[in-house]
Amino acid sequence: MSKPKFAMYWAASCGGCEIAVLNIHEKILDVDAAFDVVFWPVAMDAKYKDVEAMQDGEITLCLFNGGMRNDENEHIAHLLRKKSKIMVAFGSCACEGCIPGLANFSSIKDMVDTAFTTLTTDNPDNIRPQSSYAMPEGNITIPTLNPVLKTLDQVVDVDYYMPGCPPESHQIVAVVDLVIAALNGKAELPPKGATIGAGNSTVCDECPRKRNVKTIKEFGRIQLMHADPELCLLEQGIPCNGPATRSGCNGRCPTVGAQCIGCYGPAEGVVDYGARLISAFASVIDSNKPDEIDKILDGLVDPAGQFYRFNLAGSLLRSSKFAQKG
Amino acid sequence: MTEETKPFEPVIIGFTCNWCSYRAADMAGTARIKYAPNIRLIRLMCSGRLDPTFVFKAFAGGADAVLISGCHPGDCHYVEQNYKAMRRFHLLKRVLVQMGVEPGRLKLLWASAAEGAIFAAEINKFVEEVRALGPLNWAQPGEQVSTPIMEEVTA
Repeated sequence: MSKPKFAMYWAASCGGCEIAVLNIHEKILDVDAAFDVVFWPVAMDAKYKDVEAMQDGEITLCLFNGGMRNDENEHIAHLLRKKSKIMVAFGSCACEGCIPGLANFSSIKDMVDTAFTTLTTDNPDNIRPQSSYAMPEGNITIPTLNPVLKTLDQVVDVDYYMPGCPPESHQIVAVVDLVIAALNGKAELPPKGATIGAGNSTVCDECPRKRNVKTIKEFGRIQLMHADPELCLLEQGIPCNGPATRSGCNGRCPTVGAQCIGCYGPAEGVVDYGARLISAFASVIDSNKPDEIDKILDGLVDPAGQFYRFNLAGSLLRSSKFAQKG
Repeated sequence: MTEETKPFEPVIIGFTCNWCSYRAADMAGTARIKYAPNIRLIRLMCSGRLDPTFVFKAFAGGADAVLISGCHPGDCHYVEQNYKAMRRFHLLKRVLVQMGVEPGRLKLLWASAAEGAIFAAEINKFVEEVRALGPLNWAQPGEQVSTPIMEEVTA
């Protein structure tokens, strides 16, 4: 009997998810033993036409990471959806847009200008990418950018979500073990639409820091202050996204003294991640006077960036008005 | 009149609290005070119940503006939850401005149960301010937000 087939693809992402998969160390041998890896552009040579030639549903497990930045991303998302039995939105980009999704704050023109004109760019002729260009040999094309970045489930049907930027190795191992056990009839897969490889609670639940009553007189930036190593960071006025973020990382960042930035996405039951944080942060501001509240809020230099660092494309508003105007 | 020549009628979602601002609206009704029909009032137990999610949901779903209203500071039925609403309002407004939403599309209004006339006048004023701003037309790339999310928000 031939082994079940495995695919992994990257759309608009950084490649960290692929490294996270390889970072499961010797467990990768179990993946190789249980699966036939048929398509994984980062790790092996395979062509789109090889996937196109497959039967529908021929791939058993597809880990799809990256957001939908251009029409090529969407084309491959549709293709892999058709060819895969289990489609997993793997990592924050596929689940909720992540860092590439921050481009949804700006118009596409501003985004391209930033990429091609800023100080670190050497572009003396002020050239911009063209989606098609006439060469003597014929017309050549590159993929066309979407006006806004979309998440995977805004384009195709997704079976499971696996959050994290990137997903933690021990969580990937747990999911790989579960899928292998399920293929052998020894375990049951969770219901469709479930979030796998993560907890159901918040990062605060896994955070070892001491918590008292939260009242904030001043927001500060962690690099500019001496934070108490034992006490809850938010209580010290450091904007920590733990209260709205899904558990599953063992509270990694707050444990080592950095604030949670929210890479595991919205906790169970949270519809809009940023809204939940607005609620959490604003409620504990220690003032009832509008002027004073405004002054305290001045300490949060970029609230939208703070609250939607990973989640803008997956939020209720999905993009800013500037992005919508193009 | 065709669709194009119709004057712009803003759609405003107004969140009121059970104890003061909803009663102010009720008072305006029983006193037969007329005010613009552009506002759809939703009653919450307290302005402190206002999850900022509701505001984003309203804008994403096509509202041109959102009104948050509650008891006057110091008068909250739940002691101090309206202060929480006020703080959320201030932070929400900053985030919305970063999202390209004009600050005039979100309004905070305190109204006691006796202030029916003031409530009606403030709504009329707000409707005209939003009319001057024009439609928000929040675009949803691809599909509209599906119904299950709505159910989650209101559950």
